Amino acid sequence: MTIKVLAIDDSRTIRSLVQKVMEEAGFECALADDGVQGVARFVENPPDVVITDINMPNMDGYGVIAAIRGGSVHRNVPILVLTTESAPHLKARARDAGATGWIVKPFDDVAIVSVVRRVTGARA
Amino acid sequence: MSAQISIRDMFFEESEELLEALAEGLALMSSGSHNDETVNAVFRAVHSIKGGAGAFKLAALVGFAHRFETVLDELRSHRLDLEPEVMHTLQRSADHLTDLVEDARNGDDTDTGQTAEFLAALDACLGSPPSAEAADDDAGFAFAAISMDLLDLDGPTDSDVGAPEQNFTILFRPHSALFTNGHDPALLIAALADLGTVTTELDLSRLRDVSSFDPTEPKLGWMIRLSTLAERAAIDEVFEFVEGLCDLHIAVSNSVEEPSLQPEISIDPELEIRPVTVFAESGTEGIALEKTEIRSNVRQQIAAREDGPGESGNTEARGPKPTLRVDLDRVDRLINAVGELIINQSMIAQRVQELRLATDADVVTHVEDYRLLARDIQEAVMAIRAQPVKPLFQRMSRIVREAADSTGKNARLVTHGEGAEVDKTVVERLADPLTHMIRNAVDHGLESIEARIAAGKDPCGTIHLSAAHRSGAVIITIRDDGAGLNRRKILEIARNKNLISPEAEPSDSEIDALLFLPGFSTASTVSNLSGRGVGLDVVRNAVTTLGGRVTIASTPGHGTEFTISLPLTLAVLDGMVVSVAGQIMVIPITSILETIRPGDGDLHIIGTSDRLLLIRGKFIPVVDVAQGLGFVRPPLLPAPDTLLLVETENQGQCALMVDRVFDQRQVVIKALDTNYGAVPGVSAATVLGDGQIALILDPEAIANNRVQQTAEHWSSAKLNEGKSLAVA
Repeated sequence: MTIKVLAIDDSRTIRSLVQKVMEEAGFECALADDGVQGVARFVENPPDVVITDINMPNMDGYGVIAAIRGGSVHRNVPILVLTTESAPHLKARARDAGATGWIVKPFDDVAIVSVVRRVTGARA
Repeated sequence: MSAQISIRDMFFEESEELLEALAEGLALMSSGSHNDETVNAVFRAVHSIKGGAGAFKLAALVGFAHRFETVLDELRSHRLDLEPEVMHTLQRSADHLTDLVEDARNGDDTDTGQTAEFLAALDACLGSPPSAEAADDDAGFAFAAISMDLLDLDGPTDSDVGAPEQNFTILFRPHSALFTNGHDPALLIAALADLGTVTTELDLSRLRDVSSFDPTEPKLGWMIRLSTLAERAAIDEVFEFVEGLCDLHIAVSNSVEEPSLQPEISIDPELEIRPVTVFAESGTEGIALEKTEIRSNVRQQIAAREDGPGESGNTEARGPKPTLRVDLDRVDRLINAVGELIINQSMIAQRVQELRLATDADVVTHVEDYRLLARDIQEAVMAIRAQPVKPLFQRMSRIVREAADSTGKNARLVTHGEGAEVDKTVVERLADPLTHMIRNAVDHGLESIEARIAAGKDPCGTIHLSAAHRSGAVIITIRDDGAGLNRRKILEIARNKNLISPEAEPSDSEIDALLFLPGFSTASTVSNLSGRGVGLDVVRNAVTTLGGRVTIASTPGHGTEFTISLPLTLAVLDGMVVSVAGQIMVIPITSILETIRPGDGDLHIIGTSDRLLLIRGKFIPVVDVAQGLGFVRPPLLPAPDTLLLVETENQGQCALMVDRVFDQRQVVIKALDTNYGAVPGVSAATVLGDGQIALILDPEAIANNRVQQTAEHWSSAKLNEGKSLAVA
């Protein structure tokens, strides 16, 4: 079974980068421009892992986590937070909000794939 | 899509949009009409540029964006007030960020000294130098791919590199948050197994008290023994995300003695099964109940978003219009093909016309339909290349700021009609002339603060920049509310520089037009802005090259207004079809003011062959186009029955003499440059309906050439005609 990734980011550049890396790793990758669209995509086609930005218009990454964790059969899907902040308190905040893990931008291809594999249990 | 834009290019494109959004947001903040979302959007713009820049290792950009973002973060969390100095720093920083993006795009080195200056200004906003923590943050951001926080744990930490196989004992007991955060203990254990040999022992010790059993509270724990060549850090990485979500103890256990798990591990076999059953039941119930919840949640949120824009009134918050990115080459190919289609259409139309069929004949109506359809297609295709002037206008507010700063004046830019769309190339090539004119408006147009106060004006000068569509052209005006042109001084300078004969008494508008002559500059002191060797003549040339023209109007005490008129597209042109020396040629309609049938006595002959046209009490030189193009002619032809009155930039009005005027037509421009280079007097060519090739004339060049010859002729004959403005 191909791993399905949902990448949510308001930056077209980052979205495309994530998509490229995920597809090169053999994963399927759906995209969304902001939190609201991201949650909508999540419901339409539940992914195996969500990668979301924090700072986004309409609904931020914490909103996405809250919406997903807030109640469905898929509420325990791993959610990775994409963040430029490496400050420890921001990671703690993401974790307290219910994030499974985080990826600090700028990410390198190998590292982000390995994190996705780690939380989904996908084998290389 | 075969022509995929590289992600790097995409980053720069996106950055441009973000910089626009940034400028827009800062403008709102500057005018005081902002809300929290405006500040957030500004923050996000800088943040996104930083994020993208990081991906391409653009360290200078990342570093600067980071510090910029820090200040914006303080603002949006209301820890910093938007004082005028802060606002000023933000705008200058946005300008600098624009430069850094541009440098990164071109692969240029960045002026680090300048960056340092801006960084210092940003730090000054924060009121204290960046803390050590912030500095660490910078470093962490720029270089860490994935951060690996080392857990502060009890027990010895083995830091030996490339150590031989070690045995670790890991006690791992998940909390419920570990599960709700989407972790799976099995995956963690599997990840450990990737590092070496793992044996696990299930700890059921907490399952004993069945009477108070809470199914949502995890009871299981594992004692994991790992034999690995990996370092301690690799193990920490496995548990990186679950720190705080479980009890975790990691110990090196190379000794024979192993830490004991829990004091007692004796479990009733019954208890091992029962909780599992309970878990399953509660689980399924939960699922059934909550299944529909998220859907309705999302619907509400989507509905909220649809309502959203109305409330916030902020365009940025609205979803972007769906767009398609296409290679520009493809669009140009399409435009070219449509050009051929238009030519083909007019050829067919002409053939049909020659058949002299009844106007209600089928083929006539079909051809008419074809014409309309072709025109529709043409307009739609042209619209693809059309771009709003907004980004260009936004850049100008920076120019106003910089010019005001360096001249010690106070100025603001007010823009109107930024939505007007013009061909992409026109927008691009307009940037330089517009920049120059805006700079001029601040430098020469506006008075000093003291002078303004003395004149009872607002100390802060205003530059109005507007765009509007008017009959197939876009009109751009730059208006300042300064002192207006000093005509006496202009005349004096023009005379000193021999740009005009000492006896000439030009009218006000003619004096104003002197500003466009090459080598003219009125600045009495060479300021930072003027004295760059660029005059308004360069502006005019740039505009003329685009098929447009620029005019000037000034009211003493109230300011000066420059008007640039530009064609909407560079691909088609409305032209007058004429014949010159037996050749069919096209003269652009934009340069023709009127067609004149001179009456008896309107034409006056000067010298042996030069004619002047008397019109409304003014003498205007008559230019024989054939002669201007180098066709040999008898010295005096019979008086022409039609003249085309054209406005030229250098010569004022001229009357063009042609053999015959046919009709007015839209023609598709075919550049000659690629095949023939630049031909004086000819700007391009076109293919007419009958398949004939016609040259498109450049009246400016023809008139220039002609008047220059005439002027030489006159000056050698020591004839002083007050009308003529000799060209330097």
